[in-house]
Amino acid sequence: MADSEQDELADIDAGRRRFLKVATAGLAAGALGVLFSDKILEVFGATPLDTRAVSGTDAQWVMLIDLAKCDGCGQCTAGCRDAHFVPQGQEWITVFKVQDELGAQYFLPRPCMQCENAPCLKVCPVGATFRRDDGVVFIDHNRCIGCRYCMAACPYSARSFNWGEPAHTPAEMAHAYSIEEPWPHRKGTVEKCMFCAHRAKEGKLPACVAACTKEMGNGAIYFGDLREDAVSNGVETLPLAETLAKRGGFRFKSELGTKPRVWYLPPRR
Amino acid sequence: MDEMEADPVLVAPLRRTTWRFYVMCAGLLAVVALGVYAYVTQLSGGLAVTGLNDTISWGIYISNFVFFIGISHAGTLISAILRVTNADWRRPITRMAESITVIAIAIAAVFPLIDLGRPDRLLNVFAYGRLQSAILWDFLSIATYLTGSILYLSLPMIPDAAILRAKHSLGRFRNFLYNLLAKRWTGSRRQKMGLEKAIGIMAIVIIPVAVSVHTVVSWIFGMTLRVGWHTAIYGPYFVVGAIFSGIATLLIAMAVFRRVYHLEKYITVKHFRNLGLLLLALDIVIIYFTLSEYLTAAYGAEEQDVAWLNALWTGPFSLLFWSMVVGGFVVPAFLLSWRRTRTIGGIVAAAILIDVAMWVERFLIVVPSMATPQVPFDWGVYQPTWVEWSITAASFAAFALLYAVFSKVFPIVSMWEVREESQAPAPAPSVEGEVPA
Repeated sequence: MADSEQDELADIDAGRRRFLKVATAGLAAGALGVLFSDKILEVFGATPLDTRAVSGTDAQWVMLIDLAKCDGCGQCTAGCRDAHFVPQGQEWITVFKVQDELGAQYFLPRPCMQCENAPCLKVCPVGATFRRDDGVVFIDHNRCIGCRYCMAACPYSARSFNWGEPAHTPAEMAHAYSIEEPWPHRKGTVEKCMFCAHRAKEGKLPACVAACTKEMGNGAIYFGDLREDAVSNGVETLPLAETLAKRGGFRFKSELGTKPRVWYLPPRR
Repeated sequence: MDEMEADPVLVAPLRRTTWRFYVMCAGLLAVVALGVYAYVTQLSGGLAVTGLNDTISWGIYISNFVFFIGISHAGTLISAILRVTNADWRRPITRMAESITVIAIAIAAVFPLIDLGRPDRLLNVFAYGRLQSAILWDFLSIATYLTGSILYLSLPMIPDAAILRAKHSLGRFRNFLYNLLAKRWTGSRRQKMGLEKAIGIMAIVIIPVAVSVHTVVSWIFGMTLRVGWHTAIYGPYFVVGAIFSGIATLLIAMAVFRRVYHLEKYITVKHFRNLGLLLLALDIVIIYFTLSEYLTAAYGAEEQDVAWLNALWTGPFSLLFWSMVVGGFVVPAFLLSWRRTRTIGGIVAAAILIDVAMWVERFLIVVPSMATPQVPFDWGVYQPTWVEWSITAASFAAFALLYAVFSKVFPIVSMWEVREESQAPAPAPSVEGEVPA
């Protein structure tokens, strides 16, 4: 009896030692994996996080929307759709009709706010949403798993989802996907406005700005570089800080602390 | 009494299976098959086959996820708390509770995957996982909980497996499982002490893990800036709601197994009454939390809060909301507190009402918050499609099926634990005096 109990004890001891060895080795391997995850990903050909965030410019893109000028024509939405082959049912810039507390009506175009403190970016489980060093929030449609947590988190409802296979056009299909120009659009992934960063690189204003100016002669949407403190609608250029101060500029839901890169000038009363 | 002797009543379900059981399994399998078909439809058509849209982008898949995670607290938390507090009457129901836990987590964990737009990219969570995202917190805590619960379920099965392996020949598959668990179990004093110690440690470890799981599930919502979600009450609210629906589910399971497997000797009126009182206590806490949540929002009366509350109280969700509050919280409170309705029938009726109400509660957590406009915009409309309902039905069928099959593989009442209770010198303490059945 004593013998068998002795054996049992030895067995348990050996088992424990084996367990501790395997567990320690496993933990060590795991820790090394976490520490050198970037290097390991590189070996397997994955893009390290940092290179995606490099824009190649020093600019900090911002937008200014003059609500006193917006007449709700929707040309910005159409121009954006044509420029990006925006899938049916989606609007990357939406024009809302708003009734203010005194009964006056005005229009509020809403692109993605490119928040400095972006709620969508925080919640993404796989880093598919990221912020580039020029302030633009992008989506990597090859990484997005379609959990839609970002849509639940966005206080501006600025994100859309490809619920099914989007209806494609030949011109869209002929294009090669890139994060800046994400078409052909991909089923099961989230989409949104990206400030037309690909056009900014070529020195062109965003599609919505161009469409608005073309329609109105002197457009309601301005785009520019925060460092230069200047925004332009293609016809006139405004000093940003001064205009905001003089005309009561504001940011949409600024109380949330999201720090949008889109400013508004109040509507006419 | 012989250590290796088992009560024939407890082994009977393992030895004999009636045709009714097979018919039931076939029925449940058919529902599961319908769900699989629905999912295949969704895989080819994308989530477009659901009623979800850009405004209400989470629906009943996420409700089911929260519901099943809630159910899972039946088990481990109840049986662990009762074990830690030395409530001896727990013995016949611990395994029933613990197996609910394991099965419910396994089913809950599937729902976020069903809800994914790109399930083919699931592995990105490993390749690119960001600890800043509450989804990763969920991933980790649910994996920990599942592992811990399987351990906590299996440990007390070891002595039973030894008995079954030695005394009964129940076929190759089951013997393989019994061997896996109890091959080296001799029943020596040393082994028994080790086992008791291990179970004791697991009972304590599993409590914070279970609390963390439902807290983290609530944080998925709580960490956003949405109306109705962005509140500190969500963590405790979810945890209490989980235990609440967990006990209700356990009570229903007890009634079914008692009837079908003739366990009247083991599962007595006392068990129903004790758990019924625990359920009543949690019901009152839920009513209190519900009041706190809505009154806080209503009194401050921020614009968005008012819109959201109106939708719940008088708008499109009002029928569901008031049915939940009255039918699922208030009526059960009366059923559970009146002596005349505190019978097995009354308690089980309350449990069924509560489980239905808790599913509705999960739905009312997810959908109205998403429907409330965040921008000057129309209200979102969401009507789940047959695909979503089929997958939901399949999940409930799969739960029942796995539970039924489990009861055919292992005795649903822990044989060695109830024997130890009957041998215990001191009388088992109970919440209230022994009541004649």
